[in-house]
Amino acid sequence: MNYWPLLGIVIVVLGFALRFNPLLVVVSAALATGVLAGLDLVAVIEALGKAFNDNRYISVTWIILPVIGLLERYGLQQRARAVIEGMRGATMGKLLVAYLAFRQVTAALGMKDIGGHPQAVRPLVAPMAEAAAQKTHGELSGGERDKVKAMAAATDNVGLFFGEDIFFAIASILLIQGVFESAGYPLTPLQLSVWAIPTAICAFLIHGSRILAFDRRLGRVRR
Amino acid sequence: MITYEWLYVLAGVGFAVWALLSLRDRLWGNAGFWALLAASFLIGSHVSDLVNGLLVLAMVAIAGFGGLRRSDPSTTSVEERQALSARLGNRLFLPALVVPLTAVAGTLLYNYTPFGETGLFETRRETLILFGVGVVVALVLAMLWLRPPWLAPAEEGRRLLDSIGWAAILPQMLAALGAVFALAGVGDIIGGVAGDVIPKGSVFLTVLVFALGMALFTMIMGNAFAAFPVMAAAIGIPLLVQQYGGNPAVIGAVGMLAGFCGTLMTPMAANFNIVPAALLELKDQNGVIRQQIGTALPLWVCNVAIIYVGAFLLWN
Repeated sequence: MNYWPLLGIVIVVLGFALRFNPLLVVVSAALATGVLAGLDLVAVIEALGKAFNDNRYISVTWIILPVIGLLERYGLQQRARAVIEGMRGATMGKLLVAYLAFRQVTAALGMKDIGGHPQAVRPLVAPMAEAAAQKTHGELSGGERDKVKAMAAATDNVGLFFGEDIFFAIASILLIQGVFESAGYPLTPLQLSVWAIPTAICAFLIHGSRILAFDRRLGRVRR
Repeated sequence: MITYEWLYVLAGVGFAVWALLSLRDRLWGNAGFWALLAASFLIGSHVSDLVNGLLVLAMVAIAGFGGLRRSDPSTTSVEERQALSARLGNRLFLPALVVPLTAVAGTLLYNYTPFGETGLFETRRETLILFGVGVVVALVLAMLWLRPPWLAPAEEGRRLLDSIGWAAILPQMLAALGAVFALAGVGDIIGGVAGDVIPKGSVFLTVLVFALGMALFTMIMGNAFAAFPVMAAAIGIPLLVQQYGGNPAVIGAVGMLAGFCGTLMTPMAANFNIVPAALLELKDQNGVIRQQIGTALPLWVCNVAIIYVGAFLLWN
């Protein structure tokens, strides 16, 4: 067997480790892999162009940026902070655990577009978490602020990933079904989606307790 | 019938406007990059694969050699925003909520009411198309209500887009890399190697290698969808299901979730890990990943346990 195409993977790993520009790394890996597999360079460029073109729908979502930017111009982030500051008993821990539950449940019901980084985390969840953390722990340093924002983004990811597979009509469930069916094991989407529930519960317990521990740790440093 | 092609024109026009505004600011690299992306959206369906490939290479050349810079269009100050937020109140959330509500409510209506029989949208494309509709509705509402300067939405959008920079097209580029890898047969090679390294006869070790392969290959490809067919064909189906008689539903479902743990730990999953770091203006590009590792590792262990217990101990 020709193992040379695996060099593409080595390029990806090394390129990221050495902090080259990721676009450059990805395209170099694609060109190298194709050529090492015995295709000619023009054919590889054509394959890359076709695949990039076929996947344009992934980048369509950026059309939301003017809406979010415009609302930020009129104080959307400040409004999100004010809502949290007005709530008694709101802490970053409680807020992010509540968002985790909300994200998992809505994703499990098939509403995975209700959160997301451009439309929910940047304008709403991250400023709310920051405001709640400052309310309980006082002014945060730059590094602490970044950690709070990163935790807000992480919570969105964990909630989405480990909620969405409970919904049976999601792409990943359909992919699993397709792979097993072509190997002679017909499964219904529902059979698969129920087995996403134990992991969803583990994800909620693990990430939820990490959020609360993070909130306590922020507080301990300042006392 | 409304197809993705309509969305591509909408996005293409948006990127073209951003290119023109960059040109006005003399940000030549930005102008070129967004103009090439606009061209890909507007004419991509009508030109040859080779032309599309050359567009990709030109964009990568600009971004790869540091041609993209952050722009600084004029906007409101923090004090002004504070005052505006106090005056406008919680109504500010409404336009932001229009987009997800249109996408979700529209999808439900389209799939469960006679509305779907109109055949208005391309099949299985309705959610993203409705997302686009929601964006247009929200933008029109916000413009009528707030009455900002005409160019404000474009300039504010550019401010956000340039803070994301080249990372905006990385997810699409990774999808393209996946296609080239598939063409070159990388999956089959990895599957063969993985199949060779497992010691015969140990169910638990096989589960471990399967889950590890899902996580590692997902980290390399940035996407569990690319890893799943490979690992299922190499280990999941021939060994775990056929040889050791495990429950296929558990192995499939939880195997995929073990891959998702890998997604949490890799910069290759750019839209989940790198894009938010840019959007939130974190100093550390890997800040989001750092917060996720502590969740991903124990959760991966849980997935191994769930496969072993659910697919073998409880099943047999």
